[in-house]
Amino acid sequence: MTQQAEKVGVVIVGHVDHGKSTLIGRLLHDTDSLMDGKLKEVQESCKRRNVPFEWSFLLDAFQAERDQAVTIDTTQIWFKSKKRPYVIIDAPGHREFLKNMISGAAFADAAILVVDAAEGVREQTKRHAYLLHLLGLKQVVVAINKMDAAGYNEKRFNDVKAEITAYLSGIDVVPRAILPIAAREGDNIAKKSDKMPWHKGLSLLEQLDAFSPAQPPVEKPLRFPVQDVYRFDERRIIVGRITSGVVRKGDVLTFSPSNRTATVVSIEKWNAPHEILSAQAGESVGITLDQPIYAARGDVASHADKTPMLTHDFRGNIFWLGKEPLRAGKRYKIKLATAEATVTVQSIDRVIDTGDLTRTEKDFVSANEMAMVTFHSRETIALDPFADNHETGRAVIIENQDVVGGGILNMDGLADLRLQRQAAQENLHAVDHLLTAGDRALRNGHRGMVAWLTGLSGAGKSTLAMRVEGALHAKGMQTYVLDGDNVRRGLNADLGFSAKDRSENIRRVGEVAALMADAGLIVITAFISPFVADRRSARAAAGEGFHEIHVKADLSTCEKRDPKGLYKKARSGKIAEFTGITSPYEPPETPELVVDTGGHDVDECVGMIVDHILKHARISAARNPQSARAES
Amino acid sequence: MQDHLDELESKTIYILREAYNRIKPLGMLWSIGKDSTALLWCIRKAFYGRVPFPMIQLDTGMEEDEVYAFRDQLVKDWGFELKIEQCPPEEQMDQTLPPATRAAARKTEGLKNLLAREKYKGVIVGIRRDEQSMRAKERVFSPRRFDGTWDYKDQPAEFWDQYKTDFPEDTHVRIHPILHWREIDIWRYTQRENIPIVPLYLARNGMRFRSLGEKNITFPIKSNASTIEEIIAELETTKTSERAGRSMDSETEDSFERLRQSGYM
Ligand SMILES: Nc1nc2c(ncn2[C@@H]2O[C@H](COP(=O)(O)OP(=O)(O)O)[C@@H](O)[C@H]2O)c(=O)[nH]1
Repeated sequence: MTQQAEKVGVVIVGHVDHGKSTLIGRLLHDTDSLMDGKLKEVQESCKRRNVPFEWSFLLDAFQAERDQAVTIDTTQIWFKSKKRPYVIIDAPGHREFLKNMISGAAFADAAILVVDAAEGVREQTKRHAYLLHLLGLKQVVVAINKMDAAGYNEKRFNDVKAEITAYLSGIDVVPRAILPIAAREGDNIAKKSDKMPWHKGLSLLEQLDAFSPAQPPVEKPLRFPVQDVYRFDERRIIVGRITSGVVRKGDVLTFSPSNRTATVVSIEKWNAPHEILSAQAGESVGITLDQPIYAARGDVASHADKTPMLTHDFRGNIFWLGKEPLRAGKRYKIKLATAEATVTVQSIDRVIDTGDLTRTEKDFVSANEMAMVTFHSRETIALDPFADNHETGRAVIIENQDVVGGGILNMDGLADLRLQRQAAQENLHAVDHLLTAGDRALRNGHRGMVAWLTGLSGAGKSTLAMRVEGALHAKGMQTYVLDGDNVRRGLNADLGFSAKDRSENIRRVGEVAALMADAGLIVITAFISPFVADRRSARAAAGEGFHEIHVKADLSTCEKRDPKGLYKKARSGKIAEFTGITSPYEPPETPELVVDTGGHDVDECVGMIVDHILKHARISAARNPQSARAES
Repeated sequence: MQDHLDELESKTIYILREAYNRIKPLGMLWSIGKDSTALLWCIRKAFYGRVPFPMIQLDTGMEEDEVYAFRDQLVKDWGFELKIEQCPPEEQMDQTLPPATRAAARKTEGLKNLLAREKYKGVIVGIRRDEQSMRAKERVFSPRRFDGTWDYKDQPAEFWDQYKTDFPEDTHVRIHPILHWREIDIWRYTQRENIPIVPLYLARNGMRFRSLGEKNITFPIKSNASTIEEIIAELETTKTSERAGRSMDSETEDSFERLRQSGYM
């Protein structure tokens, strides 16, 4: 098998009419990528219709011919130099095509920015250059076109070169070369032109050949965003695609944001001919660990000495595609590698006019605008500044299920929570316990675990918790119920009902429940705990023994039950931020168990929970974690 | 170092794992051809030898005998769940479509029936961007309205490996994990991984199938390529299209466009 040279994806951008399509037509012709006779055919048809020939007609001709030419289509155009294949990702110059341009340009390895020698730098020249900056494209060549119309004049070239250089340096784009070309005439396209002997550099194609396919960042610190956890057999395989760096068998990994560590026992690929000792950026792999630490989709694994930052606050340099403007104070969902989080726009620091790079003070960002925005997230987020690591330093913004924007992130002037936490823990030394969890389980006849009930007020959590505890106790198990009554009185007496205090309430309950489970108890908690983030940290505290049980009932059912008259009060405005009425309930996405108290009577629900707990807490029972996932 | 094929495979595995994590229930259209069989192989890689969702064949009863034999053998050898959906007869199709396109439309209808019955939220399809220019406009995660129609002029933005995985109730999503592969990549991969293929792809008596469709609408091309190696060599020089042997594509300018808009693969 002949090893083909790797392809390079090229995006061609620039102001309308500066010659992008002409350049593509010319590149196809000069690299002999056209079908035989094509050029002649188009030229003759122009003559017949009495219109001047344009190189860009070749593209239209391809489209009409579509399937006749295998390699050509409307959005990807293939051609070959002597060195390697190229694919041009066509990016139309109209403003409203920003969405398509980004969808295409995000896959490019290199960019050609075309500037008309006569017109110089124009609005779209700047806008597109700015996008190249946001997309992190480093291999950029500027082609100053239509040099024929400028008399192949060196001074004119230098003037335009100075103009574009000034703009680019303001946005941190350093072009690899700035070349004089005449696309229509074929000057300095596939070979050096004798019309501009003063140009000592390469031709455009030679310059492209000097680029390389964007390499996955192997030399950067390891980032392995967890995509999923599989338990198809006895192995628990944590899968994902390594976005940077290298992971090796035996490495100690830190999972962020939970900050738990474990050692890589194996790197797993199906049908691999031999044992895999390492895997690197770009590879989709799986790993198994020496300890059953809690790790889930959205976590990022790294080496302990080179971790991502942890934060609730971060800045984004964003582009906006949404029909509705982005507004300060509004909530959005973001996706960052495999993590998702709900964020609030804390402030719009400036809206950037890509024309003169001036900043305007506005409290909204409209479609096609770019801005600097500060976000606040309820959950702790693990990220890298984009300047350090691209894949874990950028996020897309989602509204109503649609991607409405994207941006590159930075932490300028903001604190890394990890450093703060480390400082706080510096003086704490974990004492090694001589007794293991196994010893305690043997004594009790069952493992410790946390059965975390979550659901709306009135869904039946407390009733179920008490009944379940009674049933387990009768079977000789060590149990305890944590609920608002016994926790608010002492441990959390200092907390009120503000959003912050409610979150802290749950955090403490999570930690206490984890300690009790560690001590060998079966802990049943009964808190509304409406937010995914809070439950997630409770899960992180307890690790593998954490079972989220969604006690489910419709809002209307709960409101009808209203055992404590709370809904009535909330409806009349006497209670602020009441879950389900004036504050959201975020249902669990993958709870270990769902009990529908609207559809089953209390005895049935108690039975389901007791069965579930028995199955997972009994030491004799064979563990089959797959079945722990709820079906619904 | 990852080579070109490793890279394509890693990306495909990533997409498959995204689909499996985010979208339920899931099924895959397995045409039994080289592309979807290579994709099926990637599924086994992604899920450690398992195929955790059903393979679906939209059957018109018009495939070549070798195709059915190959299908049954592979199900036996690899042990996965296969669902066979019988497509409605040609008489029920839109009669304004040209005849061969009409035959292909049977699959669209079969798919609609299947979706209405089984309520799949995600359907994995092994199409590639280089096959046909309408397919070039596709996204990896491509939402369809419940009647299967595709609005190719207003598609979700898709970049940085972030895919649209949340949808309103009445939509489902087509997932295209090998959109970024080319025909020659499929062959190189099939060769490297030793993936079985329907023997009709290899030349007999100077003819072979480059693309497999129903008997009545797909025809073999002239070729002496009787091994995968020779197919690869042939592809390195050819300038004609893969689907040239499919009559529906050349019937009228917009046949394929109409088919796809109404929900064809
Ligand atoms: N004089 C001259 N005209 C050119 C050159 N390249 C392109 N043009 C003309 O500029 C016009 C716009 O070119 P086109 O490729 O359609 O621009 P696009 O909008 O950037 O794709 C056409 O009339 C071209 O013939 C060149 O090198 N010299």
